[in-house]
Amino acid sequence: MLIQQEFVQNAFLAGTIVAIVAAVVGYFVILRAQAFAAHALSHIGFAGATGAVLLGLSSLLGMFAFVLFAALGMGALGERVRGRDVEIGMVLSFALGLGVLFLSLYTRYATEAVGVLFGSILSVTHNDVLVMLACGIATLLLIALLFRPLLFASIDPEVAQARGVPVRVLSIAFLLLLAITVAEAVQVVGVLLVFALLVVPAAVAERWTHRPFSTVILAMVLGLLFTWGGLILAFVGRWPVSFCIAALAALSYFVSVRTARLVSPRRYRALPHPSRECVSAPAPVKSR
Amino acid sequence: MFDILQYSFIQNAFLAGSLVAVVAAIVGYFLVVRGLAFAGHALSHIGFAGAAGAVLLGVDPVFGLLVFTIGASIGIGLLGKELRERDIAIGVIMTFTLGLGLLFLSLYSGYAERAYSILFGTILGISQADVLVTTFFAVLMIGMLLALFRPLLFSSFDPEVAQARGVPVRLLGIVFLILVSITVSMSVQVVGVLLIFTLLVGPAATANRIVSSPLWAIVIAIILGLCYTWLSIILAANGTWPVSFYIAALSFGVYLPVRLLSSLWRKQPRLTQLRDTPQKDSSLSPGETVTGERKAGVEVVGRVRGLTR
Repeated sequence: MLIQQEFVQNAFLAGTIVAIVAAVVGYFVILRAQAFAAHALSHIGFAGATGAVLLGLSSLLGMFAFVLFAALGMGALGERVRGRDVEIGMVLSFALGLGVLFLSLYTRYATEAVGVLFGSILSVTHNDVLVMLACGIATLLLIALLFRPLLFASIDPEVAQARGVPVRVLSIAFLLLLAITVAEAVQVVGVLLVFALLVVPAAVAERWTHRPFSTVILAMVLGLLFTWGGLILAFVGRWPVSFCIAALAALSYFVSVRTARLVSPRRYRALPHPSRECVSAPAPVKSR
Repeated sequence: MFDILQYSFIQNAFLAGSLVAVVAAIVGYFLVVRGLAFAGHALSHIGFAGAAGAVLLGVDPVFGLLVFTIGASIGIGLLGKELRERDIAIGVIMTFTLGLGLLFLSLYSGYAERAYSILFGTILGISQADVLVTTFFAVLMIGMLLALFRPLLFSSFDPEVAQARGVPVRLLGIVFLILVSITVSMSVQVVGVLLIFTLLVGPAATANRIVSSPLWAIVIAIILGLCYTWLSIILAANGTWPVSFYIAALSFGVYLPVRLLSSLWRKQPRLTQLRDTPQKDSSLSPGETVTGERKAGVEVVGRVRGLTR
């Protein structure tokens, strides 16, 4: 049986951890409209991963270093709202360029690049699984602790601020959690396909139900389905795992777009777009 | 240092690079002012599947790129107006096509090298035939852009007023995305799928920060794009580092200081300040307050109208 092989077990374990954590974090990514930021973080991680490979370190470590640093930077820049896409895009393409440089300095570059870009879940080691497990549990615990204020600050930052919720601190904390999650998800689906596990499960779940808790649970279930389904499909059809996961995710998204209206024709309505792709802390409330 | 110009592959690189830089700078300007930077980024990623599919079928990657990016741009153009939903939908399409590209490449033996060259470009491997194809598309693009320049500019800055004046805004939006697709397909050989942003958006975003008049911004964007490309080719040919890295580094290295210092010469009201002190504007209906974005748009439209009269 294939399941007795160690690399298959590692792949399933890593996939399960990542799917759960990414689904929970992804729910807030959707609420806060930070899909592009998540995408950018993963690209920035590419430079970190390739740099670490160049130095002979684990690519997960390099990824963490770069992504956390980038998240701090994004959080610090947080207030400026306009023209956000362009700034993030510039930083991420520079990071990609840096990644290319690191790779070109490294001899076996092309194979390594494809591994980082498209994921290499079948080469996840036992150590990687342990690191992912530790980070995953820490992330879930933090999210559980911050769940209510984070939800409040994500849905209505201005009212939350007025009620004394530390919106700005929360937004930076969330970006850091997002960074850790992205670094983990990259191990499974790669830099380019992070969207499939981070954003899609939550986006689909959000179309079916609007209650936060059930959305999170549904997103987790979907994430697990994509990952396990993708792995099984990959073993059966000899296709790349990341392709199978991405295909399942895309399929379910487009099905959900079509069917959400059938399920609840009146209830479904897109959530308001708080502010474009940003970590905006609202303008400070003036006391008069 | 300039001896390298004698080699034909360097000449080809310069020719193709210059053409791409010019077209990308003009298209990039509209991309920036229309707030479509993410769509540009996504289109280039979507192109990856097309290029990979073409490699699998043994066709020139440019054709695969054209098919996929034009198809995707029509899809994006038809998607809903709600920005957040649109970003997610674009992201999902992008993820799926990237996965598809990976599948195509995995069916093709020796895929890692091939994927690498599509993703990061191979400007020093451009052939004479590639230059001809690039020239053809560049001439086509510049012609189209000149023909559409005024309505495109108008609908970019104030779609509502443009619509009221009878400009077919929605159609123009789709046509523009198709133009972006063609540009992306051209640029892949030079900077690769992943770094198109550096030539497409980098120069235009920098220029848009330096001056606010559209014409001057486009001229500066073209100059910047050409400088990045030429310098990068010269640097790469004399050293061992890849061209795409130099282009990305230059593009970012110029953008960063301009972005940080632009507040010194640009008096653009910040959204946070405006939110505190709502202003009335004669062009809005009474009672409607001005947000920063809208206000800036109104200002620029004033300038555009002055320019085009």
